Amino acid sequence: MSYHVNEKGYYGEFGGAYIPEMLYPNVEELRQQYLDVMQEDSFQKEFKQLLKEYVGRPTPLYYAKRFSEKYNTNVYLKREDLCHTGAHKVNNTIGQILMAKRLGKNRIIAETGAGQHGVATATVCALMGIECIVYMGAIDMERQAPNVARMKMLGATVIPATSGSKTLKDATNEAIRDWINNPTDTHYIIGSVVGPHPYPDMVARFQSVISEEIKTQLQEKEGRENPDYVVACVGGGSNAAGAYYHYLDNPDVGIIAVEAAGKGIQSGESAATSALGKAGIIHGSKTLLMQTDDGQITEPYSISAGLDYPGVGPMHAHLCASGRGEFISITDAEAMEAGLELSKLEGIIPAIETSHALAIFKNRQFKKDDIIVINLSGRGDKDLNTYIDYFNL
Amino acid sequence: MKRIQTALQQDKKLLSIYFTAGYPNLEDTIPVLKSLEENGVDMVEIGLPFSDPLADGPTIQASSTEALKNGMTTDILFKQLEGIRHHISIPLIIMGYFNPVLQYGVEAFCKKCAEIGIDGLILPDLPLAEYNLHYRELFEKYNLANIFLITPQTSEERIREIDAASNGFIYMVSSASTTGATSGFAEEQISYFNRIDGLQLKNPQIVGFGINNAETFSQATQKAKGAIIGSAFIKALTKDGLTGISPFIKRLR
Repeated sequence: MSYHVNEKGYYGEFGGAYIPEMLYPNVEELRQQYLDVMQEDSFQKEFKQLLKEYVGRPTPLYYAKRFSEKYNTNVYLKREDLCHTGAHKVNNTIGQILMAKRLGKNRIIAETGAGQHGVATATVCALMGIECIVYMGAIDMERQAPNVARMKMLGATVIPATSGSKTLKDATNEAIRDWINNPTDTHYIIGSVVGPHPYPDMVARFQSVISEEIKTQLQEKEGRENPDYVVACVGGGSNAAGAYYHYLDNPDVGIIAVEAAGKGIQSGESAATSALGKAGIIHGSKTLLMQTDDGQITEPYSISAGLDYPGVGPMHAHLCASGRGEFISITDAEAMEAGLELSKLEGIIPAIETSHALAIFKNRQFKKDDIIVINLSGRGDKDLNTYIDYFNL
Repeated sequence: MKRIQTALQQDKKLLSIYFTAGYPNLEDTIPVLKSLEENGVDMVEIGLPFSDPLADGPTIQASSTEALKNGMTTDILFKQLEGIRHHISIPLIIMGYFNPVLQYGVEAFCKKCAEIGIDGLILPDLPLAEYNLHYRELFEKYNLANIFLITPQTSEERIREIDAASNGFIYMVSSASTTGATSGFAEEQISYFNRIDGLQLKNPQIVGFGINNAETFSQATQKAKGAIIGSAFIKALTKDGLTGISPFIKRLR
């Protein structure tokens, strides 16, 4: 079985393009062109050069010695927090802005949860001199104020989404509506492996630079390309897709996906889609989705704005349904403690999203000689206020 | 489905109204339907509210949010509509998003629609390819028309595919927009209406989005068989409640 997308845009039973006709021409244009464009020499050359010289790749694969000692195993951190703009998100936005240019688009829209994708999009738009509009949930704008300020400094217009839970799901709805109303000149830079085909595959390919580097770096450090486990947090799932990508079809590498349980899976305030969701359609693809029996999408909750999403990308839905991936849910409290712990043990303050992935060691036992790579998807600067409030710092 | 075809054969421009089931109050679905028919509306789209309606503008989205708050569900809507054919003879179409239908069970949903006397469905996010592959047989089995949308950006090749897969009418979205976004038609839209008219499709077209008064209704139906009014009607309902229906419809033609 392959865990990559098939030619129809599906991962197992998940994926597809469930979009209103108003979006069909845009999505179809992208579907027909994305692979050809990505394979062009000039595209690859520009993409790789920008990743190297602008983003700062390759990011280090760092052996977390004190963290490893504490949990009696071997933990490597893939330092996506050291990317320009502070998270893995920029790998994808660099790729998509180059794609948009080649498709002749002169206006960019994006949605953002924690603001990392919004900042990454605003950044590449500034780099290329293209107009940028970012939709962000009104609540997320409050809890991620520094990122809102960054986007504005970078010249982007930030528009609050005020419907529903006023978070990522609603920002995504607004961005899609904008695209419907501006079908010819606008490219929608989706920030995760969600949305209609080909977005999940295109975003995963842009993020696959992460697992590509892990293979090379692990070979140098350990004499083997494959870790025993790759661990990543999953909201929509783009950092996870990037970290898993080259290992998807290799059963020797365990895949661990960590979701936000919020205040507890059964608390009614959670974003743990694998535990609470069932197959449904959100934002143009069939995937696992938190919803009522009646098919209304449930308002998710997590302390981390980037994981506050009621679905997951279709690749992850397939990894979950097929059993290829091990899905673990971590509460707000567990994540916050893990973020503080990494800060004290390794001198790295992680984004609260990433802290969820770091928290699994409290309950999940690993062997002493296991090699575990955690994708450190982003840095915690943007979350400082949440950390301050939580720990009374 | 037969009611749709009969309505389309009439020698007049059809006025179709969209309203959200369970809005403004949960129990308003049937009174609104009856009032629409009494006031001479030719066809009705009953909106099945959805939490995340991508193709809708703020007016219809707000009405859906309100209807869900009122407690509207697929089951309740079907219960409200039981026996509706004793009172209402114009074609009735359910317009909603695909996820609630998928959760109900597509076949169970179609079967229920057939039992009630629903004539067709409009599910904007159920794409043509998925429909042809998985659901077309079911719709045909239960004698339901599946109404597809076209927009000014839809290619002629795709319009012809949609025409071939359609068996009621084609929902012609007037401009690139979500619902309720435009007012009045520009030259660009008029030429799009003319272009589609020139394609000589087998299915008649009914224009939706951007129609809000007698003038736009008349413009939209110069070439097309009819027009659908949604947001403007919801606004009237919001402002004046059920007593606003009759004057609103009377102002249209």
